[in-house]
Amino acid sequence: MTERTFRVWRGSGENGELTDYTVEVNEGEVVLDVLHRLQATQVPDLAVRWNCKAGKCGSCSVEINGMPRLSCMTRMSVFAPDQTVTVTPMRTFPVVRDLVCDVSYNYEKAREIPAFTPGPKTSPGDFRMQQEDVERSQEFRKCIECFLCNNVCHVIRDHEENKEHFSGPRYLMRVAELEMHPEDTADRRQIAQDEFGMGYCNITKCCTEVCPEGIRITDNALIPLKERVADRKYDPLVWLGNTIGRRPKDTPIVPNTRRPAEEE
Amino acid sequence: MTSTSSPPTGRARIPRRTLRTDRWWLGPVLTTLGLAAFVFYATARVFQQDHYWVGEHHYLTPFYSPCLAAQCVPEASLFGRLPVEFPPLVPYALLSLPILLLFRVTCYYYRKAYYRSIWQAPTACAVQEPHRTYTGETRPLMLGQNGHRYFFYLVGAITLINTWDMAVPFFHGSDGGFGVGLGNLIMFVNVLMLWGYTLGCHSCRHVMGGRLKSFGKRPVRYWLWSRISVLNSRHMLFGWLSIATLMTTDFYISLVASGTITDLRLFN
Amino acid sequence: MPPTPEADITRYRYDVVVIGAGGAGLRAAIAAREQGKRTAVISKSLFGKAHTVMAEGGAAAALGNTNADDTWHTHFRDTIRGGKFLNDPRMAELHAREAPERILELEYWGALFDRTGDGRISQRNFGGHEYPRLAHVGDRTGLEMIRTLQQRVVALQQADAAELSDPDAMLRIFAETAVTELVTDETGAIAGAFGYRRVDGGFVLFEAPSVVLATGGIGKAFSTTSNSWEYTGDGHALALRAGASLVNMEFVQFHPTGMVWPPSVRGILVTESVRGDGGVLRNSEGERFMFGYVPDVFRSQYAETGAEADGWYEDPANNRRPPELLPRDEVARAINTEVKEGRGSPHGGVFLDVSTRMPAEEIHKRLPSMHHQFKELADVDITAEPMEVGPTCHYVMGGVRVEAETGASDVPGLFAAGEVAGGMHGSNRLGGNSLSDLLVFGRRAGLGAAARADDHHGAGVSGERASESVSRALAPLKQGRGVNPYTVHTELQETMNDLVGIVRKGPEMEEALERLAQMRERTDMLSAPGDRVYNPGWHLALALPNMVLVSEAVTLAALERTESRGGHTRDDYPEMSPQWRQVNLAARHGDDGVSLTTRPLSGIPSELLALFDDDELAKYLTEEELS
Repeated sequence: MTERTFRVWRGSGENGELTDYTVEVNEGEVVLDVLHRLQATQVPDLAVRWNCKAGKCGSCSVEINGMPRLSCMTRMSVFAPDQTVTVTPMRTFPVVRDLVCDVSYNYEKAREIPAFTPGPKTSPGDFRMQQEDVERSQEFRKCIECFLCNNVCHVIRDHEENKEHFSGPRYLMRVAELEMHPEDTADRRQIAQDEFGMGYCNITKCCTEVCPEGIRITDNALIPLKERVADRKYDPLVWLGNTIGRRPKDTPIVPNTRRPAEEE
Repeated sequence: MTSTSSPPTGRARIPRRTLRTDRWWLGPVLTTLGLAAFVFYATARVFQQDHYWVGEHHYLTPFYSPCLAAQCVPEASLFGRLPVEFPPLVPYALLSLPILLLFRVTCYYYRKAYYRSIWQAPTACAVQEPHRTYTGETRPLMLGQNGHRYFFYLVGAITLINTWDMAVPFFHGSDGGFGVGLGNLIMFVNVLMLWGYTLGCHSCRHVMGGRLKSFGKRPVRYWLWSRISVLNSRHMLFGWLSIATLMTTDFYISLVASGTITDLRLFN
Repeated sequence: MPPTPEADITRYRYDVVVIGAGGAGLRAAIAAREQGKRTAVISKSLFGKAHTVMAEGGAAAALGNTNADDTWHTHFRDTIRGGKFLNDPRMAELHAREAPERILELEYWGALFDRTGDGRISQRNFGGHEYPRLAHVGDRTGLEMIRTLQQRVVALQQADAAELSDPDAMLRIFAETAVTELVTDETGAIAGAFGYRRVDGGFVLFEAPSVVLATGGIGKAFSTTSNSWEYTGDGHALALRAGASLVNMEFVQFHPTGMVWPPSVRGILVTESVRGDGGVLRNSEGERFMFGYVPDVFRSQYAETGAEADGWYEDPANNRRPPELLPRDEVARAINTEVKEGRGSPHGGVFLDVSTRMPAEEIHKRLPSMHHQFKELADVDITAEPMEVGPTCHYVMGGVRVEAETGASDVPGLFAAGEVAGGMHGSNRLGGNSLSDLLVFGRRAGLGAAARADDHHGAGVSGERASESVSRALAPLKQGRGVNPYTVHTELQETMNDLVGIVRKGPEMEEALERLAQMRERTDMLSAPGDRVYNPGWHLALALPNMVLVSEAVTLAALERTESRGGHTRDDYPEMSPQWRQVNLAARHGDDGVSLTTRPLSGIPSELLALFDDDELAKYLTEEELS
């Protein structure tokens, strides 16, 4: 057992500050254990969002010493023995209180993406897919929706105004997942660029760096989606086809899923 | 979802650029130095209009291939020479160099590298970027990045030329016929790295198979895609290795061509 | 209809209110919405975070893709065997019959299960299942399921957005909202549910003729548990207080393999797939000890030598199953005994080894999240060294007594599905049967709730009734110098773990009941400093009485049942008794606390009874039943 200094952001909305606590730490513990000890012994109302404490649900996303991480998967042994551990809420989303953010942005973006669309003539039990067909999308479905990728992405982290027209790596990856689903029949390439903001991504890979599931978001989802968008929008042959009237069937964004601006 | 009356953003306000305590600036600094070294070296060399050809072994530096100017050594001009003398500061490989440059400029790896280190958008993860607004690759000039695949097609052809340039000197040993010198080996490694980089390109991965919805019925495309995926996952590595081997190859040939050193012959 | 604001309470009116947004809750909500009912889903955590994501191995369904001999009959038989013949036979039948359809439906909604060579859903072996039967995605099947159901909900909302211009018009998720009370009318039927929003502490009142409980389990009443924060027995307690009865509460499943080191991760699950895919259990002497623990009832189905057991993975037709794949209760008890007798690993578990059983690459592919979990949390590379594992509280077989067809409880308008419902799994649940249970009975409960909403509108809830609920909920915030909920919670967990754990003794449980009675009094004086905005101390203070109440039901039933069966092992009554098999213990809540009654268990229909041979039946049934 040792004593450590924890510097935790306390407060709600924009009004808050970093507060220092001295707290006991035992062998093998993770940051979330220490936050729980703070709750149980010093600050019972310290708000922390968590569920499984096993890295499977993606609830306990925070920033530890400036890096977006799951607090349940950050072991205390990664810090130097005398290092102060600073824990803040995610910086891209509004703070409800202490370490808990309002992550509704993410759920709103999820609702805009046209859902999986099986062929109209198929019914349950019809699908025959090879393992290699499903593996690409399976990688993206490992996502635990911790929203660390959307949190770290500079497009919205540093530019609040981009939130309106950028869905973040999580949901661009969802578009890629559906586009690679062997039984899906919709075509979301056009809206990936025009509505979900694929063009804002400058593939600087922070989403991949912080992903606790190790999903190669940029290389396997975002860049392939950019290439698919290029197929659809920036290919001279497709452009020529368009102008002489052979339009590809683009799936439109789901109507009435975007909040009117005045309600923001 | 919740109807609490929150201030405009309601984010945690912490007036520090980042709370990271590691050396997050090291990566961008190294990238900048690496890119700068290459740009300075390459600029100096392509404008030099000299020391690109070793007649005895037919070594031609990739920076001058294919050589197009009227001043070029005839054997160095695979496709013949233009009837005009290039004025000073115009590279002899006038056609291939811009393509190679644009291929690397629009490359998904190099984009990351210079967006981070030079553009500082963002400098490092969870480090606030210095720009007030950001539009990424949505505006007309930046939309050009989507043309990466066309540069890939062209560079594929250029890499074939580089391969030819590498193969020819094997048949120009000191006594004629087959021969191997250090120059051959350097050029060989360089071409390997160039292929590693070119074939590992994200556009190549897309074109060869990634664009398909289902692999099950296309075993050949799937095979191609999975091999390319292996190279692709090391794209950054090949990006830097190929820059290093390009400079090494050019530097070695320029030293031999200028008579500073003689080629180390291993066989004939 | 827009919500009507009332002093401090937001009121909503729905046809069906589903409490819980895990697999069962979402499946119920989808079913109700597809019947055209306005449906609300109330979730204690964020949408898509429910405990279902923790399920790893797979969902059992007799699809017959991997072995064509598998049918719903064999699945039924395995389920009854696993539950030691205490299952509600009708539930076990419906489950086995409908599970394949439910899995294919998920696939049609976009789920991507692992595939067989011919492109169908691949199935894997699991403890107690005769054939490879678990549809799976690596070792994260629960995540795939919750995500698919979540995305199906979104798809339905998108349809409503297009048609009714409001995505929330027919199906709305109330995330981070907890229900503290069910409201009944003077006839005892459901009128609504009252709760609070975690985010701002605002109160909500849902008026509805049908409420579906899908709140999961009670694991947080134990200290070593694989369960997440949410598993505080809310649904069990809500049902009890609303007048419903709970059956089989004495049966608590301890999963044989939880992590044991380091202490902070003690209890986190190590999936049964590790054993299903070839992992073996060894004690500190290097002995594969499970061969010594095959009980008589399973003797004929399990291998007797290591060679035979190893042969089974490749050639199941000519070899018997390895004893590591016995039902969970058997394996958990065996590990418990090994450790007690001094043959445990350094940190009080046993060794579970895959590193000597398959190449590292295979482990990465088949058990990726296990590899990740051990690497990250324990610094153990499972491709190179064995894991240390020990039993962990995993699942409660007991729950709300329901009608098999509709999930209807004893209270009109109250339905239950998933872990909060009882009966389906008898005295012990087979791995993989939980995920399929969620789908089969989640859907049925949703349909049942929708059907009731056809001709009932709910009595409504008076303002006075609502303000009573408000003042009860606010009490902990006002008791400035009361009891610290975190302290009581820790005491409760230790009490249940030590005194009502894997192996139980009469006197210990009597002591537990005394302690629980004291805790119940102390929970009246819980104090949570701070305000109502996301205050975890307050949230715990509101959940703690539920855990104490449910723990009382568990302990009372465990004390009453003087036999050992499945997830209930009595040191003082080690035998299984055919007489006890004929009854369920049902717990009810009255003015003087929890009381028990016995309910006869309905018999297995003769055509299904014929699936078992007489020798096997003789081990479970009384002589009258046999004749």
